[in-house]
Amino acid sequence: MAEKDVIIGLEVHVQLNKLNSKLFCGCSTRYHDAPPNTHTCPVCLGLPGTLPVLNRGAVEYAIRVALALNCDIQGETLFYRKNYYYPDLPKAFQITQYDFPIGLGGKILIKGDDGEEKTIRITRVHMEEDPGRLVHAGTIDRAKYTMVDYNRCGMALLEVVTEPDLRSPKEARSFLDKLRNILEYLDVFDGDLEGAMRIDSNISLVGGERAEVKNISSHKGVEKALAYEITRQRSARRRGVAQVQETRHYDELRGITVTIRTKEEAHDYRYFPEPDLVPMRIADWVPRVEAELPELPDAKRERFVSEYGIADDHAKSLTSEIRVANFYELVAKRASPRLAAVMVADVLKGELNYRDATIDDFSPDHMVEILDMLENGKITDKGAVEVIRTILDHGGDPAGVVEAKGLVKVEDDAVKEAVRAAVKECAQAVADYRSGNEKSINFIVGQVMKKTRGRADPGEANRLVKEALDEM
Amino acid sequence: MITGEDVDHIGWLASIKVAEEEKEGFVALFNSVLDYFHQLDELDTEDVEPTYRVVDLTNVFREDVVTESISQEESLRNAPRRENGYFKSPRIV
Repeated sequence: MAEKDVIIGLEVHVQLNKLNSKLFCGCSTRYHDAPPNTHTCPVCLGLPGTLPVLNRGAVEYAIRVALALNCDIQGETLFYRKNYYYPDLPKAFQITQYDFPIGLGGKILIKGDDGEEKTIRITRVHMEEDPGRLVHAGTIDRAKYTMVDYNRCGMALLEVVTEPDLRSPKEARSFLDKLRNILEYLDVFDGDLEGAMRIDSNISLVGGERAEVKNISSHKGVEKALAYEITRQRSARRRGVAQVQETRHYDELRGITVTIRTKEEAHDYRYFPEPDLVPMRIADWVPRVEAELPELPDAKRERFVSEYGIADDHAKSLTSEIRVANFYELVAKRASPRLAAVMVADVLKGELNYRDATIDDFSPDHMVEILDMLENGKITDKGAVEVIRTILDHGGDPAGVVEAKGLVKVEDDAVKEAVRAAVKECAQAVADYRSGNEKSINFIVGQVMKKTRGRADPGEANRLVKEALDEM
Repeated sequence: MITGEDVDHIGWLASIKVAEEEKEGFVALFNSVLDYFHQLDELDTEDVEPTYRVVDLTNVFREDVVTESISQEESLRNAPRRENGYFKSPRIV
């Protein structure tokens, strides 16, 4: 639901976690299941006398993302120091960008709350290092002490900043889903890894001051956090309490936002150009990176419609995740593309979602086999769904499942026999049909399905019953 | 001009406690440093591009290659307090 008086802008922190090493040192980025402080070195621990050396791959990825978000790439770009004293930063400053960020002025198309395509403007995209991870003993406002793990410290981050163009928590979610999708298409990002995407948001009601809500740790948490904050600001306004500009922390466990001490609000970061890193002149990289950009979601969606002749809705659903799009294409090349679109977009995606599974849990070969059986009339739509469910729940292969569960579509003769029997048994329904109640045919078809244990094609059964009745 | 309030603020930013009796001394010291740099204001820099650094190097990179990290024990060696492999810090916020 679009709420006309709600104004939301996002700052999205995205880990370039497909890189092998951190932004300024050679520590591995694969720390996710490791014990704390096992992926560190003197550079990312901020020990005195160490010097950062920039990862070329990170700059390459950053250009890729900035281009995909339709940003202008700055020919010369710089790092700065952002000074603040907090245990997640062992150096007491973060190396980030300030003036001269790598990308400026982009846009993303999302589906707005009114169902129309909507442009969300991107203010800037800049590179920075990730701080360490803090583990609070208890909640942030009550913890007695804090524990710090620097495995994450120094990971390459991109910060993507939007203009305040979003009008509801749902639009914010829709923006983040699209952003995640683009990042995965670019092969720079794995959104399934913990902490891959973290969001700060600026949110206000028209005419009021804004609150900055920090620490939203997933694209799924954003709707909840923003909905809470809107409700909080509305009820404060009703009570006549004016919103002041403040920073609030989202407490995921309690599902609420809490204000953070305001003394630090005098954001006195004392930015200055990082003396240990030289500027990057990357203008001449841009044409090559641009030429190497993969096909992005919107372009793929258009191509699916024209190349495979499928509905736009199906194309959109199939391209909303790179792995699903690749799965579909693999299957569509070997089976009926239209049938494949229906089965993958309308059936398989839902069944996977329901089981918290991913497309990697289903074999494209199995899908091709199912589609072949469907097209040859060996199984019904219903049977195909049953095969997919059974394989997801218990494993096996399509032919085996069809055999074991007796899903082979009944031969026409058997269906005809069932129709004859059903018409005979349902005298009342037949009489009703004759007297003009066309709906009573459904009862007879139901009996046919029952007699064939669901293995008849319902459309076919309907046609045969109608034929039988009209011949009487 | 730097005032006593500025000294308090700078001290807070640096997490250094400045005692009341030290404050006046710092005010004088900060101001003398600033005065010294104010000599630069006499120069006409109207047509001079800002300089961000003194060496004319650009594009210094390393390749995206993993090198060995240090051990957890080594990482925590200088930590005054630790717990279960974590650095332990006072309560924040």
